[in-house]
Amino acid sequence: MSDKKKKKLTPTQQEYHIFAKGREPKRPVFLNCVRAFLVGGSICLLGQLIQLFYMTYFDFTEKTAGDPTVATLVFISTLLTGLGVYDHLAQWAGAGSAVPVTGFANSIASAAIEHRSEGFVLGVGGNMFKLAGSVIVFGVFSAFVVALLKTLFMKLGGV
Amino acid sequence: MLHGHQTWEFFHQPVILATGVVGGPMEAQGPLAKDFDILHGDLWLGQDSYEKAEKKMLEQACEKAIEKAGLKKEDIQFFLSGDLMNQIISSSFCARTLGAPYLGLFGACSTSMEGLALASLIIDSQCARYVLCGTASHNASVEKQFRYPTEYGGQKPPSAQWTVTGAGTAVVGAEGEGPRVKAATIGRVVDMAIADPFNMGAAMAPAAVDTIEAHFRDMNTSPADYDLIATGDLGQIGHHIAKDLLKKHGFDMGDTFTDCGLLIYSKDQKNVLLAGASGAGCSASVAYGHILNRMRKGELNKVMIVATGALLSPISFQQNETIPCIAHAVVIENVR
Repeated sequence: MSDKKKKKLTPTQQEYHIFAKGREPKRPVFLNCVRAFLVGGSICLLGQLIQLFYMTYFDFTEKTAGDPTVATLVFISTLLTGLGVYDHLAQWAGAGSAVPVTGFANSIASAAIEHRSEGFVLGVGGNMFKLAGSVIVFGVFSAFVVALLKTLFMKLGGV
Repeated sequence: MLHGHQTWEFFHQPVILATGVVGGPMEAQGPLAKDFDILHGDLWLGQDSYEKAEKKMLEQACEKAIEKAGLKKEDIQFFLSGDLMNQIISSSFCARTLGAPYLGLFGACSTSMEGLALASLIIDSQCARYVLCGTASHNASVEKQFRYPTEYGGQKPPSAQWTVTGAGTAVVGAEGEGPRVKAATIGRVVDMAIADPFNMGAAMAPAAVDTIEAHFRDMNTSPADYDLIATGDLGQIGHHIAKDLLKKHGFDMGDTFTDCGLLIYSKDQKNVLLAGASGAGCSASVAYGHILNRMRKGELNKVMIVATGALLSPISFQQNETIPCIAHAVVIENVR
């Protein structure tokens, strides 16, 4: 909890926070980082292999192989989500399975599965982007801001 | 009759005639599996949504309790129930099936003992002969409402708890065979400004401590007077905190102090379940199943169950509100 929030607490609450903190297990931050590195790295390695596969056996260049590679990873992740495997992997891997594109696919697929019981329109359609929506909104917005800055920079005679 | 500040002492000593306990697949793998009346291997219970599955469990628990008490549905004069769903739909829909006069309750995970305390009060004041009370929670429906989708890959911290898939109901009557409800202490809302919904144990522990101390003060008793004092769903962290807090305040709880959230699953399951179990069905299924069975066998004679509840909503948490918590205690005793 931040210091700003802490100031609002009564002395009893502050005392309890210290009392409780001493009895809570520490989050294994270092271990989580190692696991995230291993799993996240493995997913990227798998992506690399898939990309090489498309470049070797199909008519793709290094630039154009990106799209089918991402599609394949998304497919694998969605399948694993549907089979109920991905959340168990994520509990072990943490950020390692959440940050790559597979994590994004999982957030959409899991929400779609979860709300299937409310029907296709209000359930699946309405809730699919419940978690991924903010990623898209702020992703698109920041891309817009960056593009705007780049244009300005170029107009002013940048490199 | 009011005893002290916030404790009801039941002069007529209402009897818990029978209980019905239903559990899901995780509960079936746990050490208390034999204390459940019905166990389901399928999380869906053959229904087409988890919400309907939760309602089904509660209905089955009600049927079982009524059947074991040797009664018919029509004999139940009042039905008191609550759950964790929005607008307590599981309870209200179950009441639709039962057809008995119904009062809906909400005390989050403390609903089990809120229901038992009120049912006992109704019986004690001679306003009914048979009252049915109960509650249910379903892992998938509760997670859906309060947290992320069940298949979402978000890592849970070690302080997170696992919501029990279970339902527990009890038929309380004016006379008959069975353990008797002696007293109930109604808790007040305690908020120690914990805001992390993945650390419910630490949030709820002060509420449990407040109610337990109020009970000792009102009834002029001490921990040694009870064979077992079980909190509802504090889990490992909350239990540890509550025990140390009580010790700090001069109550040495000893080995008789436990938590339903620590009893329901085995050690091997705890790797997945992190800090323990939670949910309205946790205290209901453990108290009405395991603990009452031990009382009926004579292994325990005087028991206090302190069901703990976190009164948050998904919206209050997103608006940075802290988690207000409550605990209600009920004392059950074998009277020879």
